[in-house]
Amino acid sequence: MVHVKTIEDLKKIKEEFGKRIQVSGKNFDPEKVVQIKVGLGTSGIASGAKEVMNFLRDELEKRNIEALVTQTGDMGYSYAEPTIEVKLPGQPAVVFGKVNIKKADEIIERYIKNGELIDGILPTNYMTI
Amino acid sequence: MAKYRMHLLVCDGTTCHASQSESVKNALQDCLELNNLENEVKVVSTGCFGYCEKGPIVKVLPDNTLYVKVKPGDAEEIVKEHILNGQIVKRLLPTESVAQVYASEGKTPFFDKKQIRIALRNCGFIDPENIEEYIAHDGYQALCKCLTEYTPQQVIDIIKRSGLRGRGGGGFPTGLKWEITAKVKSDQKYVICNADEGDPGAFMDRSIMEGDPHSVIEAMAINGYCTGANKGLVYIRAEYPLAVKRLKVAIDQARAYGLLGKNIFNSGFDFDIELRYGAGAFVCGEETALIHSMEGKRGEPTFKPPFPSEHGYLGKPSNVNNVETYANVPVIINKGADWFASIGTEKSKGSKVFALAGKINNVGLIEVPMGTTLRDVIFKIGGGIKGGKEFKAVQTGGPSGGCLTSHHLDTPIDYDNLIAAGSMMGSGGMIVMDEDDCMVSIAKFYLGFTVDESCGKCSPCRIGNKRLYEILDKITKGEGTMEDLTKLRNLSEVIKDTSLCGLGQTSPNPVLSTLDNFWEEYVEHVVDKKCRAGSCKGLMKYIIDAEACTGCTACARACPVNAISGERKGPHFINQEICIKCGTCMEKCKFNAVLLQ
Ligand SMILES: Cc1cc2nc3c(=O)[nH]c(=O)nc-3n(C[C@H](O)[C@H](O)[C@H](O)COP(=O)(O)O)c2cc1C
Ligand code: SF4
Ligand code: SF4
Repeated sequence: MVHVKTIEDLKKIKEEFGKRIQVSGKNFDPEKVVQIKVGLGTSGIASGAKEVMNFLRDELEKRNIEALVTQTGDMGYSYAEPTIEVKLPGQPAVVFGKVNIKKADEIIERYIKNGELIDGILPTNYMTI
Repeated sequence: MAKYRMHLLVCDGTTCHASQSESVKNALQDCLELNNLENEVKVVSTGCFGYCEKGPIVKVLPDNTLYVKVKPGDAEEIVKEHILNGQIVKRLLPTESVAQVYASEGKTPFFDKKQIRIALRNCGFIDPENIEEYIAHDGYQALCKCLTEYTPQQVIDIIKRSGLRGRGGGGFPTGLKWEITAKVKSDQKYVICNADEGDPGAFMDRSIMEGDPHSVIEAMAINGYCTGANKGLVYIRAEYPLAVKRLKVAIDQARAYGLLGKNIFNSGFDFDIELRYGAGAFVCGEETALIHSMEGKRGEPTFKPPFPSEHGYLGKPSNVNNVETYANVPVIINKGADWFASIGTEKSKGSKVFALAGKINNVGLIEVPMGTTLRDVIFKIGGGIKGGKEFKAVQTGGPSGGCLTSHHLDTPIDYDNLIAAGSMMGSGGMIVMDEDDCMVSIAKFYLGFTVDESCGKCSPCRIGNKRLYEILDKITKGEGTMEDLTKLRNLSEVIKDTSLCGLGQTSPNPVLSTLDNFWEEYVEHVVDKKCRAGSCKGLMKYIIDAEACTGCTACARACPVNAISGERKGPHFINQEICIKCGTCMEKCKFNAVLLQ
């Protein structure tokens, strides 16, 4: 277990984190793997985000797509839960709203496999710091 | 399968939809097909961009060009010029920033984005249960910097200079509070995080704890270093199981990484955090009540002074801050006091998270710089009023706040402006009302909440609020008098002046602000026995239009209290003495003969 004692320790974790993306125990290059974040705040979960997350994990594996599916907090779009963010390698992240199982399937088949955008994208309208 | 080289995103937020985004989408699709481009370029509808007044909006990817106020007739030009010729259609660009269009969107905001994420910086971006992801987003660097480079007083000075004020409602200067706690001499001090969040409709703090628990932990440790406390306590309501779980995971991970515990960053500073659970009483969010509740006593407020900073948990100096207040701290240390102070208004710095709710299209969590106008929040970010109805009022500050009207829409939101307008910042609940909301009923709703939540310790609050509620109830039933309106105001003033804690001192605000801003509506209820929103049942009357009535008897058979009489095939009548105004007859009548007056 890492015991963080200095700023260098923190910086090391930060650097390593970017490189060391693991999918089911194997290491993947973050530049090559699809990264999906599912908004698992209370409102996301209440509208079925957990089921969507499980579906994505199972189906991406079944369909042989190397992807990292992680949870994150509330993205703020309560009117469009569940929300997920999909980042294809080398592309800006895209947020999809109102993602049910059917929509998740469409996202895999069209966007992830083909780079084809589908209805229901939520534009980011905020600045990050 | 087709690989698209371009996408046209058409905003299909509710407001844009109303301004014919659908026909724009179809027109674009038709033009693409005419030019045999449908396999290369795809039209996609998207959620709200937050620029509704400029809708419909079309964004072209991958080059990120944004066209505003696009009409179906513009489709041909977009397809011909932009897609086929690679020429931007300049006349459809947003005028504010033609020059910026060519800049890539990531670096230069396209045209001034209304939201900024400071407290929510990691919320929805990182996995809250993975400390390494927080560290990868510069987490714990602020704590490291404080412990290894600054003296406690230097940190306090940074917070003071940043201008950060408490986000839990009162807006007390945070740095000053830290300094007061630091100055008191004691063998033991505590850092308390107020995560009680009891306002109806508010979920800002919950989202922060669920989405970025480490930011709160890191800030509490920084506070401990500044004030000389080595024990932190988070008072969180038990109804927030997910937030509780994420906090617990985060605390365990921080301990495992040595970021909580003994000798953090080899500085000799020890700090640890425990959770304390609240049962969900609103009054327990008041800091003295919160402390009593943590001590296992009744959750009742006590008189201040002494303030918790001097005499808090177990009688020891305790620094109480709100979740969102803490979440701002690490960023201020990392980016500097000047950076933070450059955002916001003269006396309110930084940003504020709001939970938008009510009759608004984009219900959700937003974060805006202090000084943003209510108009921008409601009509841009919020996407306007549901169903295209008329905006009537916005309630800020929860049960302690007030209702603001269209006159206040251009008021920049900050602590002082909201108070001057008769409301308050509160913790960030923002409930939008439209023409169907009756302001007397709204005041009654909040008073009902206060009556339930008053701890009962002092009589003005316990008895006075109940009386206020009863008078409001009487008015909504059509039994109010002009004298009642005077009574409402007088009683409100007395309750404000004589209650012990903030709950009682602010509970009449919803009444006073609606009296001030919607006086005519009260008078209508009292004098004309009319509720213009049509929501006060007591003031409504169901009647049957004798001309339209065919005498089918459907209503009479359905009426649960047999209030309807009349011969078969003859006109029917409703006996107003018996009618309970359930509306069933109106639903049942196939001839629209039942009318609501
Ligand atoms: C009735 C009542 C309820 C309150 N509820 C909360 C609450 O839920 N969360 C909160 O942070 N502050 C609440 N406060 C304010 C706290 O008393 C205290 O001012 C605040 O926690 C201080 O933190 P800050 O300076 O960071 O805002 C409440 C105050 C009153 C009078
Ligand atoms: S004002 Fe109300 S809530 Fe506050 S102490 Fe008095 S009775 Fe209790
Ligand atoms: S409103 Fe209800 S109670 Fe009144 S007449 Fe119609 S059905 Fe009967």
